[in-house]
Formats: sequence, C-alpha cells, structure tokens
Amino acid sequence: MNWTRLPKLTFWRVVLAVILATGFYSALLRFTQGLGAATALTDRFPWGLWIGFDVLCGVGLAAGGFTLAAIVYIFHLERFQPIVRPTILTAFLGYALVAVALLFDLGRPYRIWHPMVMWNPRSVMFEVAWCVMLYLTVLALEFSPVVFERFRWQRPLRIVKALTVPLVIAGVLLSTLHQSSLGSLYLIVPSKLHPYWYSPLLPVFCFVSAIGVGLAMVIFESNLSARAFGREIEMPLLVDLGKGMVVVLAFYGLMRFQDLASHGTLRYLREPSTETVLFALETLLGVVIPLAFLAFRRVRESREGLFAAAVLVITGFLLNRLNVSITGLEASSGTHYFPKWTEVSVTLSLVGLGFLFFALAVRYFGVFESHSAGAEARRQPERANTPVPVV
Amino acid sequence: MSKAILVDTTRCIGCGACVSACKEANGLPQNEDTTLTAETLNIVESHSGVFVRKFCMHCQDPTCVSVCPVGALRKTAAGPVIYEESRCMGCRYCMIACPFGIPRYEWKLVLPKVKKCTMCAPRQAKGLQPACTEACPVQASIFGERNELLREAENRLRQNPAGYVQHIYGKDEVGGTSVLYLSAVPFEALGFPANVPHDPLPMYTYRVLSEIPNVVAVGTVLLGGIWWITKRRAEVAYAEGEEKGTPKASDG
Repeated sequence: MNWTRLPKLTFWRVVLAVILATGFYSALLRFTQGLGAATALTDRFPWGLWIGFDVLCGVGLAAGGFTLAAIVYIFHLERFQPIVRPTILTAFLGYALVAVALLFDLGRPYRIWHPMVMWNPRSVMFEVAWCVMLYLTVLALEFSPVVFERFRWQRPLRIVKALTVPLVIAGVLLSTLHQSSLGSLYLIVPSKLHPYWYSPLLPVFCFVSAIGVGLAMVIFESNLSARAFGREIEMPLLVDLGKGMVVVLAFYGLMRFQDLASHGTLRYLREPSTETVLFALETLLGVVIPLAFLAFRRVRESREGLFAAAVLVITGFLLNRLNVSITGLEASSGTHYFPKWTEVSVTLSLVGLGFLFFALAVRYFGVFESHSAGAEARRQPERANTPVPVV
Repeated sequence: MSKAILVDTTRCIGCGACVSACKEANGLPQNEDTTLTAETLNIVESHSGVFVRKFCMHCQDPTCVSVCPVGALRKTAAGPVIYEESRCMGCRYCMIACPFGIPRYEWKLVLPKVKKCTMCAPRQAKGLQPACTEACPVQASIFGERNELLREAENRLRQNPAGYVQHIYGKDEVGGTSVLYLSAVPFEALGFPANVPHDPLPMYTYRVLSEIPNVVAVGTVLLGGIWWITKRRAEVAYAEGEEKGTPKASDG
C-alpha cells in the first residue's frame, strides 16, 4: 500500500470524520428504527430540526446563487463574474443537501417523487416540491460548464452556454417562488404561530431576507475560501455586496417593523416571554447591529468588519427561520421540542458534507478560474451579441 | 347534502363506549390512552367534570386536504375526510396545518401512516352509521344530515337557553365543520381553540398561490427587459467609445 497517497490528518479532517461517522450511525437508526426512535418529534410537534434548519435555513443560505446570477447575467454587472462560480456551487450543494434532508424527514422517503404525478396545486408543499426539483436541475445546469470544461466536452458546453440567459431567468423566478413559498407554508397556521412571526406578508419577508442572507453568505464563503485555499480575496466586490446587503436589510427591517406596528404586535414586547427574547435577539443580531456596523465606512471596507457583519446577518437569519418553524409554534403546541442527538448529528453531517464537497470541487474543477466574459466582450464587440457563458 | 355528527357534551356521561366501538371498527388495540394517538382516533376527555369527545372535525373546506402535496387526503361528498395511504409520502404538513391538531402519526413504525377518524366512511358506504354514534347509550352523539343536525342544535339552544352556551362550535369555525358541538361551559374550557378564524384556512395560502402565474409572467418580462436594456447600454457605450477612438466600456 502506498501510504504517501493517504490524505494528511489535520484537526478539521478529524472533526469531519467523527461527525460523518456519527451521522452515518444516526442515518442507520433513522432508516431501520423509524422517526420515533431517531427524533424527538411527536404528534404535537411533527416538524423539528430537519425541516426548521436543514430545509428552511438551507434553502435561504443558498439564495446567493440566484442573487449573484441575476446581478451578473441579467443586470450585466460583469465585474462580479469572478465570484459567480463558487456561489453557484454553494447554492447547488445547499439545494442538494436540502433534498437529502427531505429524504431523512419524510416518513416514506421512497415516495418523494409522488408530487410529480399526484398533483395538488392548492398545496404550498406541492409548490415547494416542484421548486426544489426544478431549481436543483437549473443549478446543476448552471454549474455544468465547470464540469464540461474539465473534461473538454465542447458540444454540451456550447449548448449550456447558449442557454445561459433563459436558465438564469428560470433560476431567479424559481428562487423567488421557492424562497417565498417557505414563508407561505406557515400562512395556514394563523392560530398557531406566535404574532411576532405570523403575518400575511410572511412570504415577502422570507424572500427579502433570503436575498440579504444570500449576499451575506457570498461574503462569508469568500472569506473562508480565501483562508482555506490561500486565495486573494476580492475585497472591492465584497464591499459592494456589503452595500447591497445594507439596502436589503434596511428595507427588510422597515417592512417588518411597519407590519408588526400595524397589527398591534409591538405591545407583546412589554411581556417578558421566551418569544420576546428570541424576537429581540433575532432583530438585534440579524438587522439592527449589522446595519449599525455597516453604517461606518471603516467597518464596511475592512475585511474583518464586513465578515463580522455577514456572520451576524447569517446568525439572525438562522434564528428567524428557527423561530418561524420551531419556537414560534411551541406555545400553541402545548409541548416542548428539543432535537435528539441523532437529529443534530444528521444535520451536522449534512453541513459537513457541504464543506467536503465544496473542497473536493475546488480541488478537481476550475471553480475559481474566472472566465471573465466581460473582459472578452470588451475585446471583441460582436461577443456582446452572443449569450454570456454561465460561469 | 352531507352527513355530520352532533356532540352534545351536556348529555355525555363519559362511559367510553364510543372509544371502544371506534377501536373495534378500525381494528385498533383496546388500550389505556388518555389522548389521541395513532391507536386511538377518538377519545373522551374530562375537563373539570365535563366530558367531551375529541376526534376529526371533518371540516367543510378541510385545511389538511388543501395542504397535502399529493392529494392523499380528500373530502368526500358524503361528508367524511378520508386518507389514501398509498399516496402519502409522510411530509406531515397536514399535522402542522390542522387547526384542531387532530392527525396522528405512527412514529414507532419504519413505514408510518397518518391516522385519524374517517367518520367510518366504509361503514357509511354500507348504509350504516359511524360506530361511535351507534354505540352511544345516551345519544350524546348523533349522526345525520348536517342541515338537520344544525336545526336540532338550534332547537336545543332555544329550548334550554340557560343550559347551553349560545354557540354551536363547528357551525362557522374555519368555514364550518361536519362535527358540531354543544356545551354548557365555554368551549375554550373544553380545550377547543377559541382563536380559529371563521373563514376557511385554505384561502390563506390560496391567495398567495394564485399569484404564481402573475409572478412568472411579470417576472419573465421584467428580467428579460432588464437583461436587454443593460446589454444594449453596454453595446452603446462600447460603440461611442470606438467612435471617439478611445475604446472603453463600462460594466453597465
């Protein structure tokens, strides 16, 4: 055996191995013993961590994909081209892992294809199912040029590149529908979800906050990639994304405040309750503090400041989605839900797999090779008439 | 015309005959459950001495039917809301969405099903009444046409105004249900949710879902338009730059 070919043991690799091994054991438990043995879910609390975190947060965190694709291919802001590929990859992996999480959570995972042939267009879940399927396909196609380039498959490469703009438009529409539909899911529980989070505008809030967190994720992921792969960080681009994030966050915060005020929900703030604490945390961490941070040019334009703001936005976003899907429903359910170790372990494994596949993709494919279409267009004017390649 | 059940809690003596009859009709084990479970689809609760049985309300416009992505739940013309196991993929959205918290899941099984009362739809198909109403020794639960039961309930409220809260729970709740309740104490005290809206919940999501075609149509035109305008702007900027002899292009 050739020992030199084995990967080196590093701290994070050991951590990942432990997480994945535990996750594998949890998966065995889940699929051989059932949901009752592998989760803390009950009749009173039928959705837990896998829906609240893996699906709701996973989809939101993948929102950078459609946002950046729109910026570059629809708005033609081509200087953002260098960060499109890693962002699309993040989104694709995010969505793929959401699909895997669904397989864990569904009581009968082998029937996951049922919504394709058994229709109920009155169901938000039906919309969600179709959005996941279609957008996962779009993301795979958007990322496929990287694979085709690697294996020098010219014909499929040409076909996909010719389809760039329709694909990106489809991706933006599907994302708009999907991000908002995760909010619409909870429109049906007006008597169960706490007023801090229930609003007829829930789908709009989910969509807008997803754009905000999508931009935060691009900043977050660029920083991590720069560290992990020893790359130069695209600071000017990230600073501009940070400014975009300020606009989106301010808009989101204002809408939320206006909505809460108009429904008279702000009076709950005077009641000290778990919900009040969680709502305050979510608002301060995810909106108020990052906005205050980013108001200062020195913070906005420093790598650490921008990174910290992005981490805060992501934290606030995660809290918000968990509040909508778990804690906001606890009071009316009359029970308390806390995930079992198996649930946590599966979730950690999925996050771990995301990191692993990202690292593998970076190693074997040209994820960071920017084929700047903008630069080419400048050299050859006729190129501007042909569709710009996807990534 | 659709069938319904009227439950008069002032008549219920808490004997539990409906519970045993339900279990027998549905082939479920007789056990000591104190709340609805996958093995107990009908239960008699005691709230400070008042007995009230809980089971599926069989809504007129059922939330569970509207939320099921694969149409595994269905409201039949005869009244019952029934479940087709072979379609269900186990997303449990029906459990989240039900305003009365009725559907149960077979958590212990590797291949679980959703369980809830079917108003004995198979018995009704044979011309029989549900097992529970048949078993009730004091006619606290009666089976019949919804219209007739509503009239009967209103009669009881009129004839004994002091003996009842002047409300038929299920007449208007979430757009009306096929199970109707009468009570001498406030319904909230019997564990019924008091804050359920009076319009059907499926409207809450349908209002949004019906916008999808608009979002797609307007979105496509808008995105296509922005794509065309920004591209054109870059081309014009390039052409102007070339005329002046100093080729430069902006990113839009």
